[in-house]
Parts: sequence; structure tokens; C-alpha cells
Amino acid sequence: MLEQDQARRLSQAILARCGNDPAEVVIIHKDHALTRFANNTIHQNVNEVDTTVYLRLLQGQRRGLAATNRLDAAAQEELVDRATSNAAASPEDAGFPGFIETASYLPADTYDQETAHYSPHARADHVAILCRMAGEKDLNAAGAFSSGASTLCVSNSHGLFAWHAISEADFQTVVMSDDSSGRAQASSWKVVDLNPESIGREAIRKAELGRDPRQVDPGSYPVILDPYATEDLLDMLNLYGMGGQAVLDGRSWMNDRFGEQAMSPGVNIWDDGHDPSGMPMPFDMEGVPKQRVDIVTRGVVGSPVHDRTTAAKAGTHSTGHTLPPYFPSFMQAIGPVGLNLFMQPGDIGLDEIISSSKKALYVTRFWYTRLVHPRDCIVTGMTRDGVYMVEGGEIAYPVKNLRFTQSYLDALSNVEVIAKNTRLLKSEYGSHAKRVPALKLAGFNFTGVTV
Amino acid sequence: MKDLIDHALNYAHLKQVQYADIRLVHNHTETIVVKNGVVETLNNAESLGFGVRALVSGAWGFASSSLLTLKEVERITSLAIDIARASSRAPGAKIDLGPPVTSQGEYRTPIEVDPFSLSQETKLDELLAADEGMSRAGSISARRSNLTFIREDKWFANTEGAYTEQTIYETGGGIMAIAVGDGEVQSRSYPASFGRQQVTAGWEAARTWDLPGNAERIASEAQALLTADPCPRDLTTTVILGGDQVALQVHESCGHPIELDRVYGTEAAYAGTSFLTPEKLDAFQYGSEVVNITAESLRPLGLGTFGWDDEGVPAQSTPIVRDGMFVGYLMSRETASQLGKSSNGCMRASGWNRIPLIRMTNVSLEAGTWDLEDMITDTDQGIFMDTNRSWSIDDKRYNFQFGTEIAYEIKNGKLGRMLRNPTYTGITPQFWNSCDAIASLQHWQMYGTPNCGKGQPGQIAHTGHGAAPARFRDIKVGVI
Repeated sequence: MLEQDQARRLSQAILARCGNDPAEVVIIHKDHALTRFANNTIHQNVNEVDTTVYLRLLQGQRRGLAATNRLDAAAQEELVDRATSNAAASPEDAGFPGFIETASYLPADTYDQETAHYSPHARADHVAILCRMAGEKDLNAAGAFSSGASTLCVSNSHGLFAWHAISEADFQTVVMSDDSSGRAQASSWKVVDLNPESIGREAIRKAELGRDPRQVDPGSYPVILDPYATEDLLDMLNLYGMGGQAVLDGRSWMNDRFGEQAMSPGVNIWDDGHDPSGMPMPFDMEGVPKQRVDIVTRGVVGSPVHDRTTAAKAGTHSTGHTLPPYFPSFMQAIGPVGLNLFMQPGDIGLDEIISSSKKALYVTRFWYTRLVHPRDCIVTGMTRDGVYMVEGGEIAYPVKNLRFTQSYLDALSNVEVIAKNTRLLKSEYGSHAKRVPALKLAGFNFTGVTV
Repeated sequence: MKDLIDHALNYAHLKQVQYADIRLVHNHTETIVVKNGVVETLNNAESLGFGVRALVSGAWGFASSSLLTLKEVERITSLAIDIARASSRAPGAKIDLGPPVTSQGEYRTPIEVDPFSLSQETKLDELLAADEGMSRAGSISARRSNLTFIREDKWFANTEGAYTEQTIYETGGGIMAIAVGDGEVQSRSYPASFGRQQVTAGWEAARTWDLPGNAERIASEAQALLTADPCPRDLTTTVILGGDQVALQVHESCGHPIELDRVYGTEAAYAGTSFLTPEKLDAFQYGSEVVNITAESLRPLGLGTFGWDDEGVPAQSTPIVRDGMFVGYLMSRETASQLGKSSNGCMRASGWNRIPLIRMTNVSLEAGTWDLEDMITDTDQGIFMDTNRSWSIDDKRYNFQFGTEIAYEIKNGKLGRMLRNPTYTGITPQFWNSCDAIASLQHWQMYGTPNCGKGQPGQIAHTGHGAAPARFRDIKVGVI
């Protein structure tokens, strides 16, 4: 972990080199490990320690950015030189709102020593148990067990200093037979909350239930979605519409729907960086305190999340959803997105949803989902790792994977039942997660089958 | 760097590992993004660090750090060995790396103009001119232009005696216009999908794209798409794909299923497996007789072009599909040995902090004999689709669905009306067996895919794909 004092000294040293130019320093330190297994054996097992410093520097209305993971004095000087040179080369940008003044933060206790220092031997022991459990049933287990910690520090020349440490753990597995597979996942900031053996049993049960699958015709079916599938609905709606940049560009599903009933009345979606049942983070990458944003309330479209730049353009305030100053690849185009999303649960168990369904497809997860068209958030993708036909309140038989092409907005306007239990699922892209329930939808459009 | 490398390998020898290697990487990336006339990003980022891979008691361990000191090198090497010992708690079959790799030498991407030697103003001028060009087309919701330059210095050595040094340059860039109107959103990109072509080259590559000269056309096309007729729904017809879309089709439906780690199940939980199982090698008609696909890391401009892979295996060429027959895989030392073959140099890591995985090098569809105009003239009814917008494929790489930014109806051998929201879907071997025409070398181009995800923790690889327009019969289009 990068201790608070260490982060403060490093930030101050860099800010001091910036002279009178207003500047902002973001430090991201990570110490992460991951044990990967397949074919009932550990085949990849890794550890990474890195500290990256991002410097944004202003010269009047010109702005320059530079980043490095070298921390010595010479590297700090080079960092400032590069940011200064970039600022000097940039045209003026009157739309940039500048850096935040001081702020106060709600406490968020999300650092667990055991999780941060969980050993490769401890991870391997759990994986070995799962591999034995799968092998005893002539099944093949694959997956990953990750643990570690990250530290985020934001400071600027106005005197702002924000520091937060978060530990994180995730266990996910796909267990396979010759003609079936089952998946399960659990995430937390405390490794003790995970129960790898229980997760393994869930995946094994699904793989066994999936043997000898039948092909069903494409078409519209009622669906029961495991939380893993619900998570994808929120993920795509988030990436392609819940952010202020998407709304400003006019490509969001929220455009022209603010205040309107776009989803079923039971649907409530919000982003809350302080909720301890998620993976809390008290501030964003500009040091802005996280605010709860009600994105959909009783099915009515509420507000998008904002960073300071999109908020200024939209005439509102930042909600604390800035991404890192330099986010590589085409993700840069996306702008602020929700990082602590929640969907409100209902009051009925998943078993009851199944037992009360005359006919529905029960889907474990969606996979390789891609946006086909933005305004209605039309998405195509595949089912994977367990699809079952429910008939007469029981799982009647397993089904071969299907392709779907479906408006996710329409999907959530057809919610019949929301399950009472939720699951926290960590993103593969950082220290953030969604907490989501299982759902039953009246219809879902399957458009193809696979071999 | 040599002292750090020697220290790691000496320590590994001392601990009697079966095998170890160390990779030291220093990456410089410059990114410039102009959006709606404003410089959104002007960033210079550098990342320096090393990773040690150790094979101990038949199991792998890997550790990495950004701190370059002898003490840290020893700590990380020790940690990699300890992690390998932990891995052996869930042991697998004996690992055979095949013949030792003892490569020695230096490699440097041939470039004409070092992009890092130019002023920021020169690069910004190109993007601001392109932005101004797009603005001339009128009401565009979002105009975006970008340039990316990468210089990566890499040192590799292993306990078998290999020692290589490489400097790889990449230049990427493009423009994108998004038009919005009456509930519709349409985008156009140039010179490749998602507004970014990328190649191993210097600044000279960016000049050939002429972003300012193509800006107004691209923005006008985005606007025209708003009111274009929709692509017909649920129609089975002939499809001609532009080179950019063929490149992605090759990437997804050929490049991934020929990764031998997928075939052997070691990516099963995440990226998936493959339908191209070993018994199909030299015995499966993957495509029609006009289809020839090659994986190679020697071709100029390809993002998979280098001197050695991240196991020190030299760059080389591998036939993948010959006259439609499936004949080759992308392999590592370990997987090649399982197949009774030698590695063809496809292990690549996205950085110092990641292990190498089997990744595409430049997996290319070889040029055919057709002139594109003749191909269209020879088509009575069909749809010409270009520039990828959406891509999805199942975990065995059979069932795919792609969307493109733009399409044109083909009627009686001529391109007709513009079509919006085009999509097509199919099953990989059926699709490639329906290919009856591939455009000639005159239309063939090396495309870059700088966003290929794989592995846990995630890795983004940069892969190359030579491709030319091609024709496919009896394809289902219009799934939306």
C-alpha cells in the first residue's frame, strides 16, 4: 500500500516543481495478484506492483497532461517538463473548469489487511479444492482468484489532498463437462466474504444440470436472468448512456427520455460510491466527493453521472464520476460512467421465480455483448455457461446457447419480477462493482443459434 | 539494464529453477485527441518495469515491478519462484518447452520519421485541420480526431542463453464524426473503424492517411446516413465486405480460433475455447478454395511485426489456411510441444506487468485476383458493407454477428442507394466456404487492431491483419 504520508510527500514534491502553474497530481498505486486455473490445474499465477503518477498542468487556459511510473527526482522533473510542453502547445480551452478547491469526504473503510496481503499459497489452496471437487465429478474447472489492494491519491495546487485505500478480492469459475458449462462469481473488498467452495458448488451444479442440451428455435421468450446476466444489462446501459458525455453527444438512451417512464415501475437504478454493501470510493479522479445519482427511479429516467467538464457544459455540478486523467484506447470517448451501480431488489427468491414460471428460458449470463445501436441500447451477444428451459415451474431441460439482438431499454421495460437477493460483482476493469438481483423479463429476442 | 537482467537470471539459477526469463520494457505513448475543435487530450505517458517468469516443480509463477533496483529484482525473482511453488498445489501435466531458445540480437522497426522528434504543434495542426474539415459538413454532434505514437524498448533474456533487444514504433490515428437527428445516431470513421488505424511505422504513415483531406467526406456520410434507408431485415443475399471489415472478420473468426491455448482450454473461463480442435488440422475445409490465410510477424506495417516474440522465438511466417484447408495454429513453446511441433513465435505480453499469452501476430487474408469494380459488376443483387461498428462471436468462434457503419445496395452490378444500420450474421466455416471472390493486391492493405482483449488480468494486444474486399454468397443480413 502507498501510505498516506508517502503519497503526500510524492504529490507535494511534484506540485512544488510546477512553480506557479496550477497543477493536479493523481497517484494510483496497485499491488494485485491473480491465480488462474484451467483443466483442473493452476496454469498462470501472477503478481504486479506499480505506481503511476498523472500530472495535469494549466498555463492560463492551456492544459497539458503527462504520466509516468518512474518516481525518482529526475523522472519527476521530466514529468513536469512534458506536461508544461504539452500545455504550451495546446490551444486555449475556455470550457475547462479548472481544478477543484478543497473538499471534505465521508469516511469509507474498505481496506482489509488480509485481503491486501493474501498469499499465493492461500489462493492456491482454495483453487486446489475446487479442482478436486470438479475432478471427482469428471468435470473440468477453470477460472481466476484475484486479491490485492489499490491506493488512489488526488492532490492539487489549491491545497486539495484526498487519499483512499481499497482492498479487493474476486473468485470466478466456469466448470465444464463435454457438452455443458456452469459459471459462478463472487466479489468483495474482504476476501473472507468470498466462499470459493460455495461458488464452485454453484458452478458444478449448473454444469451437471446442463448436460445433453437441446436446441430451441430463435424467437421471443420470457427469461429469468441470473445476477450475472442482469449485470450485463446495467453494464451496457452504463457504458453507452448513463454518462454526461454520452448525453451531450446525443448518443445516450437517456436523450429525449428524461422524466419519462422508460422502464418498468419496479426498476430503480442508482450509483452510490458510499454504500458499504458495494465497493465504496469516497471521491473521484478529480477529488470530487462521490454523490448518489438516481439514474432510474420507479422506471422513470433520472440524471446521468458527470465529471467536472461534462457538468460545466451541461450547466450542472459534478457528481464525482471522473475516470483517470488518461484512459487509453477508445474508452476515452465514453466520458464519465457509473462505477458503483445498484439495482433495487424485490421481495421474492429466485427459486420462487422459477417455480412460479409456466415457461421461460433461465439464463446464467450473457457474453461478448456489443452495441448494435445506441439510442435504444440495442445489443447483440450470446448466452453462455448455462441456459435452461423452465416449464411448469421446474427446470425441464438444458438448452444450447443462443444469440440475441435486443434493446436493453425494452428489456427493462418488461420486468415482471425482481429477486430479493443481490450479488456484488466486481468489474474486470478496476476497483469498482455492481450489486444486482436476478430478474424475470416478459420477453427477450433471441435471433440465432450456434453449433 | 544488463546488470538487472543478469542478476535475475543468476538468482534463478541459484534457486535451481527449471526455467526462468525476464522482460524489461520501457514504453512511451503519446496521445493527442481533438474533439469539437478543442484539444481533449495531449498526453505523454511512460511506463517502465520488468517481469520475471519462473518454472519450478512443473508449475509457473510470474511477478513484476516498476522499481528497477538490484534489490527489487531479487525480491521479484524470489516472489515469482514462490508463486510457482504455490501453483504446484494444483499440479497439471509435465510442462515441456521444446527445444531451448537461445536467440541473440537487436531489432528496430524501420521508420522514416520518428514521431517523437516532431513538435506537438505539427501533430496538432493535422488534427485541428481534420476537425475543421469535418465541421465544414454542417451539423455534426461530435467530431473527434486522434493520433497515437508508441515507442517501446524491450529487453528479453532467459536461463537458456537468449538475449534480445527490440525497439518497436507504432503510429495510429483517425477521425470519427457522429451525427444525431430525429432519434437516430450515425457515425463514420476513417481510415479504419472506431476512428483509428494503427501500424508499425513512423510519422510517415500518418501523412499517407491525409486525415484533413478525408474529413469533410466522412462527416457528410455520417449526416447522409441519418436519412438513408434502413438495411433490409432478415434477407439472405450476397455481401461484399470492405477491407476494414474483412480484417476484423479474419481477426474474430480465424485469428482467435487458431490460438492453441484456447484449443487446449486454458482460456476457457474467459475468452473461451475454439472449434478448430487438433483433429481438424490438415483435415478440415475451413473456407472455399480461394481462401488463403497466413500468420506472420515479418510483414511491413503490421502491428504483429517484431524481431522475436516474448519467449525469444524469432519472427516467422506460418500458413494457416491454404486453398481453404485448415493447416496451422498460433503457438507458444509449451503448446507447440503438446502438439509435437515447435513454437512459431506468437507469445506476446501487453507490457512488463503481464505474462506473455498466445496472441495474433499479423493474421492476413491473402489477396485474390479480382478488381473491386469487376467484383461489384459481377454481382446482380447484394449489399456492400464497410467499416466495422459492432462485433460479437460465440465462445467457440462459430456464431458471429457484425454491424458496419455504412452499406450500399448492389443492383444489376452497380452500387445503388446508401443503407444505414447494416448487420450480417453467420457460422464461421459456412461463411468462409461461401467466399467466391477476393480483391487483388491493388486493394490489399495492412490494418491494425490495437484493442484485442484477452487474459486475466486483462491484456490489450495490438494485432495486424492484411485484408482486401471479398464477396460472400447467401449471407443473412439485417438482424437488428
